[in-house]
Amino acid sequence: METKVMEMMRKERIDRGIKVRTEGIYAISAIQEILYLLGPRLLLIVGVLLLPFFLELAPYWKRVINIMFVYSILAIAFDFLANYVGLVCLGGAFFVGVGGYLSAIFNSYFHFPIYLSIPIATILGAAFCTLTILPCLPLRGVYFAIVTLMYPLLATRVIEALNILGGTNGISGVDSFPHQYVEHYAIIIIMLVCLFGMRRFVNEDIGLAVRGVKDNDQAVKASGISITYIKTLAVFIASLMGCFGGAYIAHLYMWAGLSLFALDFSIIPIASVVIGGGGTLVGAVIGSFILVPLSEFLRFFGTFRIVIYCAALTAFIVFKSEGLMVYLQRKYHQFERWVKV
Amino acid sequence: MEILVYGIINSITLAIISLGFTLVYSISRLPNFAHGALYITTGYITWLFLNRLEGFPYPFAIFLGIAITCIIGALIYQLILIRIRGMEISEIIATYAIGLAILEGLRWGGLRGMTFTLPVFYPGAIEIFGVSVDYQRIIIVIVGVCTFILLYLFTHFNKIGLALRGIAQDERAAMMLGIDSDTTAIISLAIGSGLAGFAAILLLPLGNIIVEAGYNVLIFAIAVCVIGGLGSWAGTILASFIIGFAQILTEHFLSSHYQMVVALLAIIVTLLIKPSGIFGKQKELEERV
Repeated sequence: METKVMEMMRKERIDRGIKVRTEGIYAISAIQEILYLLGPRLLLIVGVLLLPFFLELAPYWKRVINIMFVYSILAIAFDFLANYVGLVCLGGAFFVGVGGYLSAIFNSYFHFPIYLSIPIATILGAAFCTLTILPCLPLRGVYFAIVTLMYPLLATRVIEALNILGGTNGISGVDSFPHQYVEHYAIIIIMLVCLFGMRRFVNEDIGLAVRGVKDNDQAVKASGISITYIKTLAVFIASLMGCFGGAYIAHLYMWAGLSLFALDFSIIPIASVVIGGGGTLVGAVIGSFILVPLSEFLRFFGTFRIVIYCAALTAFIVFKSEGLMVYLQRKYHQFERWVKV
Repeated sequence: MEILVYGIINSITLAIISLGFTLVYSISRLPNFAHGALYITTGYITWLFLNRLEGFPYPFAIFLGIAITCIIGALIYQLILIRIRGMEISEIIATYAIGLAILEGLRWGGLRGMTFTLPVFYPGAIEIFGVSVDYQRIIIVIVGVCTFILLYLFTHFNKIGLALRGIAQDERAAMMLGIDSDTTAIISLAIGSGLAGFAAILLLPLGNIIVEAGYNVLIFAIAVCVIGGLGSWAGTILASFIIGFAQILTEHFLSSHYQMVVALLAIIVTLLIKPSGIFGKQKELEERV
């Protein structure tokens, strides 16, 4: 009798029944299936929202999670530019620096309140970044990477040489956030908006055109869509995210200085994207959730952290180029259950 | 006169720095972002041989430094780049990460401060047209010019050199003639790293061995190569003269703060006006734009 029952059961993949023809289209008929699909997303959203409460237990780490979310926004921006538009931007720090300095200028020099200075710095900063990068947009691949690598360096040298904006001392006396929880939730909510907004964006009509630019820009051109417009739009969106991160950091540290153009803001988001999995957007967030706390643990080692980063980065590129997220996603879809024949 | 003399010296310096980068790119289409790191590594290895081993002869230390850097370059290709060849984004990120790892690793390993210096080859100075120039700089100019000539002879009259050029011009045709793409890539990376090391040996006695110099070397090398047209040798030399003189002029009339700004602005302006660089060909234009 026992064996007979066993014979009548077989293993089936959970997603088999609900997937329709392609990835991303589902036919759902039961609450379990809804949960199966929503589970990971809810886990991320709820987990992230509850994180500040959990960290009441470890107050030191509350400082770290703010930075962690900033890095995840930067990583989303890099992932979007590199894997959806095909523009490898090695100079993410340029966005951060511009946003941070503008916000500091508005707040410290013109005495704008914090809820005005951050949005204004974000939008004006993004416009400024887009305008400065505009000449380089026709470039591709290595060339775009090289030029964008130069931008933060150039900005640093110009500020040093002209001795403007506080020179090497930076601008101090920037307002801080009114309350600790405002500080946390400002960045958490923006991060979630960026993440799910971008996921939606790349699947909209305009997003398809954007992805087309990466795959075959001649075809996009032939369809009567201006490549320059699409690329400008993409850079504007990415720099919006970068500049917001910068403005937030300026207010978090109550200071804007040359370190906003530092290499960290360029390299850590890249590392996060590579480790998390390029082209998934969520992977970028996961990657920075791993890397930033890790770097806090490694603070003891000083600059050796960067060596560890780079080693991990190279290892992932060479041996696991799909990244963690794609791997986990595949495994999640391979979950099986017993069903009656 | 001072501008002319120091302009020439500065230009040759830039050309030596960027030679390795342009060689690797022109032959195997690999942007070697670890160039600056290899430069500093050679200096540090040579310093280690000189100072940690008592009475170690200087020429032998130099030879070992360059040889080890060559091996590092070849290993970078054989262990890492060979697996990601052709994926542009990965190549950039990987070489950049390797360079960063080497530089920051050296900094962590104790390469800090101003105590790391290599001795000059021949102390003293000489007056040229009323300008005082020390012997080291004259050696740089002479050896630099000799290197260009040797490299030219090597790539035009030597079987390996011809193979390298064959791969650079048309990879498929060269492979049909039995030239192995990976072998030439290893050779090119070894030579490119060796040239970076060679530049380090020539230039580092003029200053300190510091990690920041590695980043600057990378930027200058890229600036020269982009302006001259990546992969074009004549363009590289011409571009290094343009930037070299532009830098000396800005230093003379403005201040030395602007040296790097000039190089960076030159890149952006070149890419705007003539994206393929001064000597870039139509084929490269298609690649870039």
